[in-house]
Amino acid sequence: MERILFGDNQFFAVNHISDEKSRAQSIQFKDDKAILNTLDIAREAGINTFMCTTHDRISNICDTLRLDAGKYKDFTIFPCMPYAHKYANAVTELGITGTLKQYVPGNFFGSLFKGGVAYLSKDYLSIMELLVDAEMKMFKGLRTPIIFLQNVITDLLLGLGMIDILTAFHSYVEKKYNAEAGFITMNMPMLLQKLETAGIENPIICSSINLAGFRMSGGKELYESVLKTKKVRAIAMQVLGGGAIKPKDAIEYVCSLPNIESILFGASSKINITQTAGFIREFDEKYRTKK
Amino acid sequence: MTKVALIGAGKMGISHLSILGAHPDVEVTGVSDTSKMVLDVFKKYAAFPCFTDYEEMLAAANPDAVVVAVPTKFHASMVQKIMEQGKHVFAEKPLCMTVEEGKILVDLANKNKLVNQVGYHNKFLGTFREVKKLIDGNYLGELFHFDGASYGPVVIRPNQGNWRADPREGGGCLMDYASHVIDLINYLFGPVTKVRGSLLKSFYSKNVEDAVFSLLEVNPGLSGTLSVNWSDETFRKMSTSITVQGTKGKIICDANELKVYFKTSECPAGYEKGWNVKYLTELTSPVDFYLRGEEYSSQLDYFIKAVEGKVANTINTFQSAWDTDKVIALIRQSAAGSN
Repeated sequence: MERILFGDNQFFAVNHISDEKSRAQSIQFKDDKAILNTLDIAREAGINTFMCTTHDRISNICDTLRLDAGKYKDFTIFPCMPYAHKYANAVTELGITGTLKQYVPGNFFGSLFKGGVAYLSKDYLSIMELLVDAEMKMFKGLRTPIIFLQNVITDLLLGLGMIDILTAFHSYVEKKYNAEAGFITMNMPMLLQKLETAGIENPIICSSINLAGFRMSGGKELYESVLKTKKVRAIAMQVLGGGAIKPKDAIEYVCSLPNIESILFGASSKINITQTAGFIREFDEKYRTKK
Repeated sequence: MTKVALIGAGKMGISHLSILGAHPDVEVTGVSDTSKMVLDVFKKYAAFPCFTDYEEMLAAANPDAVVVAVPTKFHASMVQKIMEQGKHVFAEKPLCMTVEEGKILVDLANKNKLVNQVGYHNKFLGTFREVKKLIDGNYLGELFHFDGASYGPVVIRPNQGNWRADPREGGGCLMDYASHVIDLINYLFGPVTKVRGSLLKSFYSKNVEDAVFSLLEVNPGLSGTLSVNWSDETFRKMSTSITVQGTKGKIICDANELKVYFKTSECPAGYEKGWNVKYLTELTSPVDFYLRGEEYSSQLDYFIKAVEGKVANTINTFQSAWDTDKVIALIRQSAAGSN
């Protein structure tokens, strides 16, 4: 994994602190060209990994990456699936069964539901695999060495105790895509403990890690102690606390922690991208000798 | 350990179940749902005892408390049965289909001295709580106008039928979406007493309204607008906001961001004259397990603590949800009157 990963929230109006800002971003990134330009700015700043959700519009971006394969030859994508709002809105509208009918590809479900109770004996993990395949379609031919499960699904399954589905995802992406599984979560210490118990060693876990302790369930101290004592390939996200922490302080905090392999951030403007990347390199230099 | 059972493993129910499953003081002793597929998944991959019949579950699981997340039309009968067995209840919103049904539940909860809570989760958001503090502290002076709004992408095309599209089951924008905003207005400004006029509009749905526009009055000096539309796809997810103006300033608040304007420097600690902006980041308390938003974990944690007797059962009681049901009824009456 590269030290710095570029995120995509800003492209899809995901702003955790301001609805106004989120609308402004939705206008700014209306055209795919604007997204591609921003990715180019990130590449110029030395960031060659794009961690993105499986939003419909990413599919257009992937088309460009394939067309201009020479230009993007060093470019790596970490897909994060699913784009949860697509499914959440569908469940509100169609119910759980209706949503599965809509999104599981082929006539798998069509034939299942005709039988009424025939699906009861089905293996639900194969449904999970079909959904993963549907989400992965848009990345065909691109380099996707790590495939992530979005936090809303990881955490939902974590709370329900359905760790078997997480481990099944882990082995499926390895088998089918020759990729490593990554898990995004808002509950890193709890997830790590459950994954370890299930036999997944040194997992890739992306979680909120920031100076403010924002979205660090169980508390900042617990996270710090896990990073110090456990085996985990940690990615820090929401390092700026949604923009509520001063960038320099925010980055210094994350760089000072042990065991954080990568830092994920997203930004819309050239100045913010180069500044944040600059801070990461500056503080990495400072803390390299101390660790 | 508090023994908790859940009825209704739909979208909200599954989310509640996950939060309960991760709660250190909770043992989930039963889950009931009518979907064989959902139960089958739980049986295969989770450790919760599963039931198709909720009454059978109540007998077998013997919970201390029950979370009810079924379509609204089932609330009255189910919650009544549960409380008659002396069990505490957390019910999804809105409380009931009618004011009469709600009254029975409020009375029964009081009579049997049971913890009773309804899932109006906005009250567990640090931002709206801060608004409540500022208003109760009288920092905005005399209030005269509010705007309560909520927009989101629930029905953005002519829809297929599920319970949210069926008025007999408690579907529609008024009960499903607007209830959140009405409840927040009641909480912040005191109950709405009069509805001066309302429009219930359908854009896509055949049998229910997709939008609610209303003029609400709390008292002769304080009134405002309600503007709710669940057919707005320019919002990625439900977005609820409250604006209120008083003699000393103004507040604009949504789930994530609080903007406060004070006319003078006579304001509480941490604020100054002119605009102040605060974010959820600094206003929210951390939770032990996070799923979809701190407020969902906080409200269930509060419920469990109330059952354990560690906190008073004062936020989102059946009584306050019933007050919201009453305003829903007033809005329906006023909309019918203006047709």
